[in-house]
Amino acid sequence: MDNDFSTKDLSKAAGISHSEVDKPDIARLFIHHHKVVGSHLVPGLKIDTSERKDGIKINMTLKKGTKIRKPVQMCFGMIPKEGRQHIIINANIEDNSHIDLIAHCAFPNAVKVEHIMDAKISVGKNASYSYFERHVHGDKGGIKVVPKAKIKLSENAKFKTEFELLKGRVGLIDIDYEVFCDKKSVLEMMARINGKKDDIIKIRETGHLNGEHSRGVLTSRVAARDKANAEIYSKLTASGSYARGHVDCKEIVQDDGVVSAVPIVEVNNPKAHITHEASLGSVDSKQLQTLMARGLSEDDATDLIIQGLLS
Amino acid sequence: MGILKIKDLSLKIDGKQILSNVSIDIWKGHVHAIVGPNGAGKSTLASTIMGLEGYHDISGKIFFKDKDITKMSIDKRAKLGITFGWQEPARYEGLSVLDFVLSSKKTKDIKIAKKSLKKVGLNPKEYLHRAVDKTLSGGERKKIELASILSMDPDLIMLDEPDSGIDVSTLEKMFEVIKELKRKGTTIVLITHSLAVLRQAEHAFLMCHGEIIQKAVAEKIIPYFENKCIPCPHKNEPDETVVLNG
Repeated sequence: MDNDFSTKDLSKAAGISHSEVDKPDIARLFIHHHKVVGSHLVPGLKIDTSERKDGIKINMTLKKGTKIRKPVQMCFGMIPKEGRQHIIINANIEDNSHIDLIAHCAFPNAVKVEHIMDAKISVGKNASYSYFERHVHGDKGGIKVVPKAKIKLSENAKFKTEFELLKGRVGLIDIDYEVFCDKKSVLEMMARINGKKDDIIKIRETGHLNGEHSRGVLTSRVAARDKANAEIYSKLTASGSYARGHVDCKEIVQDDGVVSAVPIVEVNNPKAHITHEASLGSVDSKQLQTLMARGLSEDDATDLIIQGLLS
Repeated sequence: MGILKIKDLSLKIDGKQILSNVSIDIWKGHVHAIVGPNGAGKSTLASTIMGLEGYHDISGKIFFKDKDITKMSIDKRAKLGITFGWQEPARYEGLSVLDFVLSSKKTKDIKIAKKSLKKVGLNPKEYLHRAVDKTLSGGERKKIELASILSMDPDLIMLDEPDSGIDVSTLEKMFEVIKELKRKGTTIVLITHSLAVLRQAEHAFLMCHGEIIQKAVAEKIIPYFENKCIPCPHKNEPDETVVLNG
């Protein structure tokens, strides 16, 4: 199965231009099923992979003080209709380093596909790590996506992650991220998912603001249309003095969709402060009527509003 | 020639009479004002003409370009050429000014968006890729809404309290746009309780307590409105001695 597909196949499935990422100053790692089909590294970035029948293990180290200017391009996917991809990532981002990763996850033909990711990420002192994961799925909905990650932020580290699934059917997605924040570290997590038909969306994002002056924002933007069902648990705890956090859930429900959003905030230090806001419901009537007054049908106006919210 | 004709329009909201037997003709290519104190029913009348949610318990008829639009949906009325600008425009998280301004267009031609923004006095470079959200002031959103209307290029535009929440220079810009629209033959209906806005109109309809109590050229309405309606001395009970219906 693995030898039949190239980086170009994966790029095409993910909707990215292969020539744009196939450059000497851009690090990349392309994995189809459990096989590396393309890779290129830049100085300071070390990636070891171990291909196994039941999964692929990736050990990534960004050397102390290395700052990678251009985003590292990763592409994970499975082009066949059936299969199971299990990716195990151990990332060690050493002190004073910087890296941005863009992960394109493509499952264009999925009928019975599982994409499992287990990640452990450690971000060193004064280091910053951003991870943008963009999924492109087919329209059959036969996919199960289960990304789990434990992240540790050292003093003054920055961690930002965005999960985007806007094209194609979600199928079943079950995100579970937990981040532990040391002194003065900064955490940002955002999920943007467009659910339709009988898609099932589960998001559990947890941030522990343990260090003094640590900060965190958890944001979710989910649309549930047709008979889609979404459960979103966003939890921030603050035990560090002067820790500041915010949980922001804004979800749209249309047709027979169902969304449960549970922002959980827990403060056990009187000098810490966390806020939350949650808004669930149909699209705003004034927004809708304004666009209809420009001639858009109700469905087209709703699409445009949701597109904006999830952008 | 009347582009919009309202015949004996009455509206109830929660059983309460809000509009009573309103009959007006809006002339093609002219600037009109529907004027009156707060609570007179001006915005309600415009909302009913546009077919907005909550304004459907009506009797009477609304004709646009000789078509009966009384039961039509908002988008169908818009497709015929009517649109509406809100007193306080909506905010849209994440929706770009570009997408909003071109929402009426099937072909997304950025040149149209740039042109519309320039006309309302906004620099396209600065605004095109911003979101129409809370980061914009009320005045900026008002200008962007007007730009979206200009891109749509409708036959009839109703603007609800166009001077609300904007500064003097923005208002001057808005008046310039209104004049330009009139020059190109667009019909304008201004919903207002402001003398400055009323002075932009050629024809005016004075509303009080859900009724049209006077219709005339704006010059004739201005003195009455100025003397009798600011402030309103009779708590929505029209002064019968000066009612000039017809």
